[in-house]
Amino acid sequence: MFRGGVHPPGHKEATAGSAVEWAPVPARLVVPMSQHLGAPCVPTVAVGDRVSRGQVIGDIEAMVSAPVHSPVNGTVAEVGTTLTAAGMTVKAVVIDADEAQELESFVPVPDTGDARARVRGAGIVGMGGATFPSVVKLTPPKDADVHTVILNGCECEPFLTCDHRLMLEQPERVIAGAKHVREIIGAKRVIIALESNKPDALEALRAAADDTIEVVALPTRYPQGAEKQLIYALLKTEVPHGKLPSAAGVLVHNVATAVAIADALETGKPLTERIVTVTGSVARPGNYRVLLGTLVSELIETAGGLVGDVERVISGGPMTGMALGSLDVPVTKGMSGIVAVPKGMAAPAIADDQPCMRCGRCPQTCPMGLEPYALATFADRRMWDAAAKRNVLDCIECGVCSYVCPTKRPLLQLIRLAKAAAMAKGVKS
Amino acid sequence: MSEPLSARIVGPSPHITSKETCPGIMLWVVAALVPSALWAIVTMGLVALQLFAVTIGVSLVTEALWNRIARKPQTLLDGSALVTGLLLAMSLPPRTPWWMAAAAALVAIGLGKMIFGGLGHNLFNPALVGRAFVTLSWAGVLATAPERGWFRALPDVTAEGYDAISGATRLAVAAADRAASGAYGFDLAAQYQPLLLKNLEGSLGEVSAVLLILGGLVLIVRGIIDWRIPAGYIGTMALASWAFGSDPVFHILAGGVMLGAFFMATDYVSSPMSKTGRLVYGVGCGLFNALGRFIGPMPESTTFAILFMNGLAPLIDRVTRPRTFGWVKSND
Ligand code: SF4
Ligand code: SF4
Repeated sequence: MFRGGVHPPGHKEATAGSAVEWAPVPARLVVPMSQHLGAPCVPTVAVGDRVSRGQVIGDIEAMVSAPVHSPVNGTVAEVGTTLTAAGMTVKAVVIDADEAQELESFVPVPDTGDARARVRGAGIVGMGGATFPSVVKLTPPKDADVHTVILNGCECEPFLTCDHRLMLEQPERVIAGAKHVREIIGAKRVIIALESNKPDALEALRAAADDTIEVVALPTRYPQGAEKQLIYALLKTEVPHGKLPSAAGVLVHNVATAVAIADALETGKPLTERIVTVTGSVARPGNYRVLLGTLVSELIETAGGLVGDVERVISGGPMTGMALGSLDVPVTKGMSGIVAVPKGMAAPAIADDQPCMRCGRCPQTCPMGLEPYALATFADRRMWDAAAKRNVLDCIECGVCSYVCPTKRPLLQLIRLAKAAAMAKGVKS
Repeated sequence: MSEPLSARIVGPSPHITSKETCPGIMLWVVAALVPSALWAIVTMGLVALQLFAVTIGVSLVTEALWNRIARKPQTLLDGSALVTGLLLAMSLPPRTPWWMAAAAALVAIGLGKMIFGGLGHNLFNPALVGRAFVTLSWAGVLATAPERGWFRALPDVTAEGYDAISGATRLAVAAADRAASGAYGFDLAAQYQPLLLKNLEGSLGEVSAVLLILGGLVLIVRGIIDWRIPAGYIGTMALASWAFGSDPVFHILAGGVMLGAFFMATDYVSSPMSKTGRLVYGVGCGLFNALGRFIGPMPESTTFAILFMNGLAPLIDRVTRPRTFGWVKSND
């Protein structure tokens, strides 16, 4: 068990039993050129071009990047910009979809015999939300001896069930993904980890796995799915400060990413859709298979629309996701859920100075062993060096501290300030 | 299909928060104290009620006025002043004159808390600051005032209560006995039952150890206070009493130990934050309470033991600082 953490109400009942269904193909898709961490892609198509499903529409020569493909057969209507869920304006290709679509067929990624090249060609990124290009992870530093591959199916965020449904409905694809990753990386051990609140998925995976693959149920506790915490819970190893998991001999991929890798390697399928949990205050909560570039507003319509007094609409889970300023933003590779948080459940808007009553909850529950109350106070007083000295850069932004604080002090928000300041000053992380 | 989101909050993550709030926590503490307080009023009479009214009233008014004068946002609703007032009354004997109780509350809130900047900024437990102030200023009045004279606004309801509360406490008698002859003039074990259920000597918070323990357990189970503080405190007190050749059970039941261990030492603001720190702190409280009781001048040393450990809390926090995850010895 990792240090600290919390157990917020799961709210997963609404969608845990909902089988994945296709969301309708929108008439017009807005496909951002930056759906990953790293260099944004440059559009490779022009207005008026005919595009086919699976065809590359954006790419760039950079190691840390991932090409973008057309999710549909259609015509490029516009090459411009779009607002993203993160509130940024990025380049985007707007496509008018043909009336009739063949979602089963696509332009495959060419097979050159190099698995890594094919994963890159398929535009695969971390689908748990991190959106780090998978090929980079699959290429660990030369001196690292990666002996264990972990597939992360914890899904510790409240509300989300997309990974749960994937593991339950397609366990054999998850296992296939695990084997591909193991082979690419040359690892000895493969562990698929999920939280104990998904016993049906656990059973399905165990039935599909052979004895070279371990399927492990971990206690249900947030942030069980955070990389460092997950590695510790499974292997009792701490990823050394400032290092990648490969330094501890481990590689972690989200289960959906593993399935995308398997699809890419077996059929050349590029990443053009994903499962999104649409839940909270919507009429028809469910898990939808959504073409990337579908607008969130359309997806919410598919789910029957918002109901009642919705205070925040979140992309991702409520602990780490982003509150949307506009619903007209496209679904992207890392968007695991859309959660409409009703009034009363959402965290209050931050009022002015909230005192720390020194209750001890935040230092005791911080999974990184930090003292959030102190870091926040340093940030309040612009004492950036002091914050850096107390390891502010180790914060994984899990939000546990803000969640537990009885006085609702905006801890993580202040800590982000301190992190940014420490980084700007060039403090080594 | 765009729709206005102006009514919604675009805030940073996390977007949800636990149900725990500061007033909620304070109300639990109050609820845990209510049985003891009611029992004190029932057994000791309306003087006890009067005392509660004075300390709580003055605490609230002091905090409200302070905020007003300092032009700060009102903080009464966080509930901490109510807790301070309640705890303060429980730490005082029923014969405390009303003006003295009022002074204690004024000092508790004013000098014990607000002058530092309000909740969360004070080094010492405000209720104990108030109590310490009156014990030091008017020790004679507190210890001896057998009659409540002109300051007694309300008559006692029970004659029994009147007689009992005018005498010296068993603890003081025991200390005097021990100092004089090294032996006790009464059977300590015979005191267990009154101390547990109905004891009219001492402060309002000494009426029933059972009720205090039950209240404390509720707070522990509810996750509001850390068991390490009362466990360290009471455990050390018992051990030390035994080491000093006295009756451990009597010594943990008598005086302010239970009130101190469950309700005073566990005050968030003035105690350490880490689990280890809290255990160390609890042990320290018990140790100094015992030292005060057995070799110091005061049989009742709970207040000063806890205040002393309050002063050490920042130091304890510093030495029990958690290790950042991942800061393992690596080979670089
Ligand atoms: S300080 Fe960072 S790592 Fe620790 S609880 Fe807060 S957000 Fe999580
Ligand atoms: S949780 Fe809030 S009140 Fe408690 S120690 Fe942390 S900052 Fe202070």
